[in-house]
Amino acid sequence: MARVTVDTVDHVAQLANLSLTPEERATFARQLDEVLAYAESIQALDTRDVEPMSHAVTAEVMRDDVPAPELPREKALAAAPDADSGLFRVPRVIGG
Amino acid sequence: MNGLTALSATEIARRVASRDVSAEEVTRAHLDRIAEADGGIDAFLHVAAERARAQARRIDADLSAGRTAPPLAGVPVAVKDVLDIEDLPTTCGSRMLDGYRPPFTATAVARLEAAGAVVLGKTNMDEFAMGSSTENSAFKPTRNPWAPDRVPGGSSGGSAAAVAAGMAPVALGSDTGGSIRQPAALCGVVGLKPTYGRVSRCGLVAFASSLDQVGPIARSVEDAARMAEVLCGWDPRDATSARMDVPAFAAVLGGGAGLRVGVPWRFLAAGVDEGIMSAFRAAIDALRSGGAELVDVDLPHVSHAIATYYIVATAEASSNLARYDGVRYGLRAGGPGASLRRMYGETRDRGFGPEVKRRIILGTFVLSAGYYDAYYLRAQKARTLIRRDFERAFAECDVIATPTSPVPAFRLGEKTADPLQMYLADIFTVPANLAGIPGLSLPCGFAGGLPAGLQLLARPFDEATLLRVGHAYQAVTDHHLARPPL
Repeated sequence: MARVTVDTVDHVAQLANLSLTPEERATFARQLDEVLAYAESIQALDTRDVEPMSHAVTAEVMRDDVPAPELPREKALAAAPDADSGLFRVPRVIGG
Repeated sequence: MNGLTALSATEIARRVASRDVSAEEVTRAHLDRIAEADGGIDAFLHVAAERARAQARRIDADLSAGRTAPPLAGVPVAVKDVLDIEDLPTTCGSRMLDGYRPPFTATAVARLEAAGAVVLGKTNMDEFAMGSSTENSAFKPTRNPWAPDRVPGGSSGGSAAAVAAGMAPVALGSDTGGSIRQPAALCGVVGLKPTYGRVSRCGLVAFASSLDQVGPIARSVEDAARMAEVLCGWDPRDATSARMDVPAFAAVLGGGAGLRVGVPWRFLAAGVDEGIMSAFRAAIDALRSGGAELVDVDLPHVSHAIATYYIVATAEASSNLARYDGVRYGLRAGGPGASLRRMYGETRDRGFGPEVKRRIILGTFVLSAGYYDAYYLRAQKARTLIRRDFERAFAECDVIATPTSPVPAFRLGEKTADPLQMYLADIFTVPANLAGIPGLSLPCGFAGGLPAGLQLLARPFDEATLLRVGHAYQAVTDHHLARPPL
């Protein structure tokens, strides 16, 4: 069974772009270890020949690809923390 | 609660349509009630008084001009702050969205407003709908109108408390693992989680997209049926919304005799509060006296529902919540000159509360290399087994009955330090979300002076049977007429 350590939490937090305090890392490691120990019960299930279920939709979800008016640019940008010249502005990514 | 705030939504719509009372008077009475009672409950995050009065006046003007009254004419509604309304804030109970104003309105809200409903404001909730007590709100906890030292349940705790306290006759909630039904049970009101796909999720802030569903909270099954009639229906803006006919739910409420009610006794054998269990047994007896045939059903895999749910839901949440990156909306932290990675990390550290971080970590873990097959894929297979349990059970019965929550409302702070204990309280509600079937919670008495909830589950898209059985139960019992001493 997988054991959740502070190192596991560190690794996963990095994957999830979360900065955590040392207290958060220790608490989450302990709590997630408990939750996963509980979730271990599903390892005992016989799932041979069982298809995974990703959603409960049984109906056709495809539609025709037809252009239609969408959210105007100024509305889409209105809530942005930083926007300029009709674009979202982010910290420098290249050459920073 | 008295006068106009004691009326059902059905009665309000009837009186407004017949010009016996104006929509504006009804709205004013509820805004007054919020001003008087919400200080001790904290059900609302934002009261939209001006907007509500303007909407009510428009309805009155339309009726004066001779227009036909819409089905929910002048019915005040409280909306969980997980649903977008264009000119109001959406916070989702999170610092991440503090100050955010969405650029469009959720389909569910737009349908209610088009049907004459008047939005009173946005209600409190667990942050991003993650929680069972509304204590995970970044802004404030909500109190249970029946006992102010206790939680209202969650995550739609604000909506359930508002309806129980007479601040709104009906409300909207969202239900990913029980977030409509459990707070409805703990606050002594009615809550309906429709079939997955019945109600559009467009404008509903996503938590776990394969499980999330919008639905009504009300004080009677009849009012919930009227709301559902308006809310359900295909929406081209939600690819998972179903192209299925929507019955006139309120018109087909009569009857219910001869229906087979399945009870999964083995599933209920352990861990249920004694008072809840005796209220549940009495409810089963009442259903039988009303003409229902009782059947013993087995759901062999539902004991794995909590484990399955907390893997599937957190995996989907970790992906959905990746959008909060300080770029397009919401909080941006890190300060000027911070690198992109640092901006992401600090934004998410400051914007999210502990439960949301916990679930993002768990969800990212179960999807990560080396653990995907053992956890996420295995949980998806367990989900298939749980769905099959219900398919088999519904070959033998028309509805399945369980308690909604194994325990009545707990004390504020009682479970916050132990996430697993909090998760286990969802045992009876999560199976419906995993299987995609509809569920209804209705008051069935009291346990130690606190409301107990009866849950009914039905086949996919068979809300009509669910509502019919619920209405028949309320016709022969009076638990739904009890009101908190406020």
